[in-house]
Amino acid sequence: MAEKLRFAFWWAASCGGCDVAVLDIHEKILDVAKLADIYLWPVAMDFKYRDLEALPDGFLDVAFFNGAVRNSEQEHMARLLRRKAKTLVAFGSCACFGGIPSLANLFDREEILDWVYRGTYSTENPAGILPQPSFAAPEGELTLPRFFSGAFRLEDFVPVDYFLPGCPPTPEWILRAVEAIASGQLPPRGAVLALDKTVCDTCPRQKSDKKVKEFRRHHEIIPDPERCLLEQGLICMGPATRGGCGALCPGANMPCRGCYGPTREVVDQGAKMLSAVASILDSDDEEEIRLALGRIEDPVGTFWRFGMAASLLGGRAFDAGSAAPAGSRSPVGATATATSAAAGVETASASGSSPVAGGGKR
Amino acid sequence: MRITIDPVTRLEGHAKIEIFLDDAGEVENAYFQVPELRGFEQFCQGRPAEEMPLITPRICGVCPGAHHMASAKATDGVFGVEPPPAGKKLRELFYAAHFIHSHIAHFFALAAPDFLPGPDADPAERNILGLVAKVGPEIGGEVIKHRAYAQKIQAMLGGKATHPACGVPGGMSKPLSEEERSQIEEMARSCVEFARQALRIFDQVVLGNPAYVDMIRSDPYTMRTYYMGLVDEAGRVNFYDGKVRVVDPDGREFATFAPAGYLDHIAERVEPWSYLKFPYLKKVGWKGYVDGRDNGLYRVAPLARLNAAQGMATPLAQAEYERFYDVLGGKPVHHTLANHWARLIELLYAAERLLELATDPEITSPQVRVIPERVVGEGVGVVEAPRGTLFHHYRTDERGRITGVNLIVATVNNHAAICMSVKKAAQGVIHGGKVDQGILNRVEMAFRAYDPCFGCATHTLPGQMPMEVTIRDSRGHVLERIWR
Repeated sequence: MAEKLRFAFWWAASCGGCDVAVLDIHEKILDVAKLADIYLWPVAMDFKYRDLEALPDGFLDVAFFNGAVRNSEQEHMARLLRRKAKTLVAFGSCACFGGIPSLANLFDREEILDWVYRGTYSTENPAGILPQPSFAAPEGELTLPRFFSGAFRLEDFVPVDYFLPGCPPTPEWILRAVEAIASGQLPPRGAVLALDKTVCDTCPRQKSDKKVKEFRRHHEIIPDPERCLLEQGLICMGPATRGGCGALCPGANMPCRGCYGPTREVVDQGAKMLSAVASILDSDDEEEIRLALGRIEDPVGTFWRFGMAASLLGGRAFDAGSAAPAGSRSPVGATATATSAAAGVETASASGSSPVAGGGKR
Repeated sequence: MRITIDPVTRLEGHAKIEIFLDDAGEVENAYFQVPELRGFEQFCQGRPAEEMPLITPRICGVCPGAHHMASAKATDGVFGVEPPPAGKKLRELFYAAHFIHSHIAHFFALAAPDFLPGPDADPAERNILGLVAKVGPEIGGEVIKHRAYAQKIQAMLGGKATHPACGVPGGMSKPLSEEERSQIEEMARSCVEFARQALRIFDQVVLGNPAYVDMIRSDPYTMRTYYMGLVDEAGRVNFYDGKVRVVDPDGREFATFAPAGYLDHIAERVEPWSYLKFPYLKKVGWKGYVDGRDNGLYRVAPLARLNAAQGMATPLAQAEYERFYDVLGGKPVHHTLANHWARLIELLYAAERLLELATDPEITSPQVRVIPERVVGEGVGVVEAPRGTLFHHYRTDERGRITGVNLIVATVNNHAAICMSVKKAAQGVIHGGKVDQGILNRVEMAFRAYDPCFGCATHTLPGQMPMEVTIRDSRGHVLERIWR
């Protein structure tokens, strides 16, 4: 057998679920251990930060990066791993699109700190203390990292070779990715390692091209387990979401929430969903459509549940105290279609008096 | 002189320990810092309440099932609904499987290597592979198999084990089929046997070694605190439901309250040097980082649950519970390292409870959900997460949209206690400024026993917390740096 591959796993602003997903390949983890030497995996191995810095550039074959980037240390690690690895994989929805942590991009950092440390019901903080980047304890200085204004994608900082989406990616796709790497059968750089079909295309539920009059919230009905959820009036992100997960949530009789991100042709997942929703409505009347859309309770937080950092809405500027990204942060979704669609959502949420109306910037 | 341990490992990021030594090289103080925040309590505002069970599991991918269940219960409150009996049982079945996954992962991957090969073993061997080398590969296979069972059961109900989707206001999203039930029953029987085997291994490796028993009982790993845990109507440990019971350092009942009343009992303090808050018992008050009856510092997680309860609700676990207190000298047990034993007793309970529920005639009932008809506007959901009591509290507008979220996450309850345990262990083992691998590991063991989310099992597969220790003189100059 040829020389063993060299892997690194790293997490940034994530929940740990991506690492659990790696463990969930169960006994096959032993095959991975045979295939590759792992040089960095804080979940599983010694954290040798400076050892990584000491490696020659391009030494690692593949670095798998999970989590969003929301502080300067994470940015540093993104750049370091990019330099040390021939191939960099954005692993999981947070690294690919910002994920659920990027819902925080709808709020100012100061709002977040104020609520968490002063407003929450059980907090007793009469002096209004907030965590400080530097604090003079009696014994010496204690420091904390500074955080960016929001959560960003890996590709906002460094070029990414492959995207392995999912919250978390399924064990099946993790194994496929590893097999492709092992056999040298990887697709062209920039590819997304999942299906290029929608969740709808892979969902076993029956579709009858039925139109709907109105939308319901998922706790308001017990849906028929065989029929398309969208046609039963539930907002299901299936038409706007890349397949590959196996339609697991519809399998649990629950609507898709979009964790695999958009398909290849789609620039903005939420905009795509908006047009899917408009097309399933049984009306040509603009006012009726507007009212029906207004019944969708939280379009911003639903259509962009996993993709705020990849959307126009989540494109918050960095705060002055943190480094600006390296110019690769193009205004993704800045096409005429996406812009008008986003504007449409503003209208929709305004009529629904959503608290995050106004493009999400409250 | 100062010792910096950074990163220790992670809680949605990293944790960091600063140990300050005085001129004689003795520990003057220690700070345990959590340097990251994501802000769920803020960015969930504006979301429809029924979406919360789908959003909040992303707080932790290691215990998503705990957040899913606490959140579903909180939304029951928001919409004023009570799941039908089968829905409630199905939630508890899901949750028993979640505990089995978590407790197996923590004990075998993280905790056990400290005892076999041992606390002073070569760090390269002090991991699950080193453990398997000692106990035999068939045990390793059983560990992987039973954790996989637990994940599979959760996925049957929730679509997927990590970030499940089955908990909805009023119950569960779909019923259990007879075919699924019979598979679960078979896996549950196997899990009961596996849990008994795990306890036998603990007996042989830990209790059979007087040096380890002495270490468990030793002062650096002992703290007299209050203890908190959910109990059923008979006062026995329950993971999914019940009342919160608190006992004092002498084991006497201090308070028992319904989850909705938690604000009368718990307050949280903010320190400028950590992003994590410090909960304490409101009626006792905060007196700093000291143990004893006069300070409101309390502990959660397996040992605390056993101390706060009056027994276990299943027969095999109850027998182990009694043996636990016989061996360790009666209730309550204050030895932090006894958490590992308590965790295995809970593993046995979770497996027995899983089997009970899988063989309950009602479990395949199609009536697993009721549809809410109103918005109450407020809900508190409390469960025992594998790492301790977990509180989700939501307030909403008249349409059930979130206007305020308060979360007290399992590990946060233990935050002050972990700080103290780290300091106490450091004071006990670091003398004259001398630090080596074994000493460092003994400091780590103090907080590893809590199975903190930032060091939980799957984050440290071979039982090795990442660590950097820098020793500095009083002017901040680096005297020595140790990597591991």
